[in-house]
Amino acid sequence: MSVADIAFYCFATVAVASGLFVVLARNPVHSVLWLILAFFSSAGLFVLLGAEFVAMLLVIVYVGAVAVLFLFVVMMLDVDFSELKAHMASYFPLAGLIGAVFLAQLVMVFGVWRSADGVIELRAAPMPEGQTNTGALGGLIYDDYIHLFQVAGLILLVAMIGAIVLTLRHRPDIKRQDVLAQMYRDPAKAMELKDVKPGQGL
Amino acid sequence: MIGLEHYLTVAAALFVIGIFGIFVNRKNVIVILMSIELMLLAVNINLVAFSAHLGDLVGQVFTMFVLTVAAAEAAIGLAILVCFFRNRGSIAVDDINVMKG
Repeated sequence: MSVADIAFYCFATVAVASGLFVVLARNPVHSVLWLILAFFSSAGLFVLLGAEFVAMLLVIVYVGAVAVLFLFVVMMLDVDFSELKAHMASYFPLAGLIGAVFLAQLVMVFGVWRSADGVIELRAAPMPEGQTNTGALGGLIYDDYIHLFQVAGLILLVAMIGAIVLTLRHRPDIKRQDVLAQMYRDPAKAMELKDVKPGQGL
Repeated sequence: MIGLEHYLTVAAALFVIGIFGIFVNRKNVIVILMSIELMLLAVNINLVAFSAHLGDLVGQVFTMFVLTVAAAEAAIGLAILVCFFRNRGSIAVDDINVMKG
């Protein structure tokens, strides 16, 4: 058993176990933390597969952005999660049945699965020799898949605008800075000069 | 020697866990969203495993696009969740019946 095999079994076990804990954890904050662990170990699996760029992308995008977003939302919402979890035990049999059926279907698919003939000739973009994974992916994305790449950027832009539109709210009871009102203010009206006599006051 | 089947098994396990999580936590929208992320992760593992197995880079390109869509979906889903919580004061799925759909 080589080091890579041991690493695979470690990462795979941790990924599956933390995935299970995401689903079963009592506290949603713990769920998010288990999710982060699952993403990290999947990134390890990707490194073992030789896909370093996707692994780093997983760490940066999922752990750095998506999981932290989940963490923010879980911590900002004042929800009684124990009440939501109360009926979990009653859903167990149905969920277990559905999971078992899906697993059985996947096992059946894996049992009879085989590659098509001449699959090597059908490859769209064979990995170039003597080039790093990141370099090869960059060449592919910016040459062959440039339109898809730009559409992906558009999707992110729309998602960003949508999220802002959904969550932004103008509250009337807080003070805001009005730059134009400040700029067009007349200094003559803004203050009044009084000539105060000594010893008299106003 | 670790082959393609090992990675497919891990991905299948994660996918089934995701489905299981949706049904077990059917009141809690946040955990349902996390289960969807797990399922997308399983799909990504499948894509990268086949990409490495066949020596074809397109699988990794598709993984990137799946990642993009997953990030957008999480952002929109959580924004809808925050919006819903402000209006109703709860995130239980049973309460999402305003439109009587």
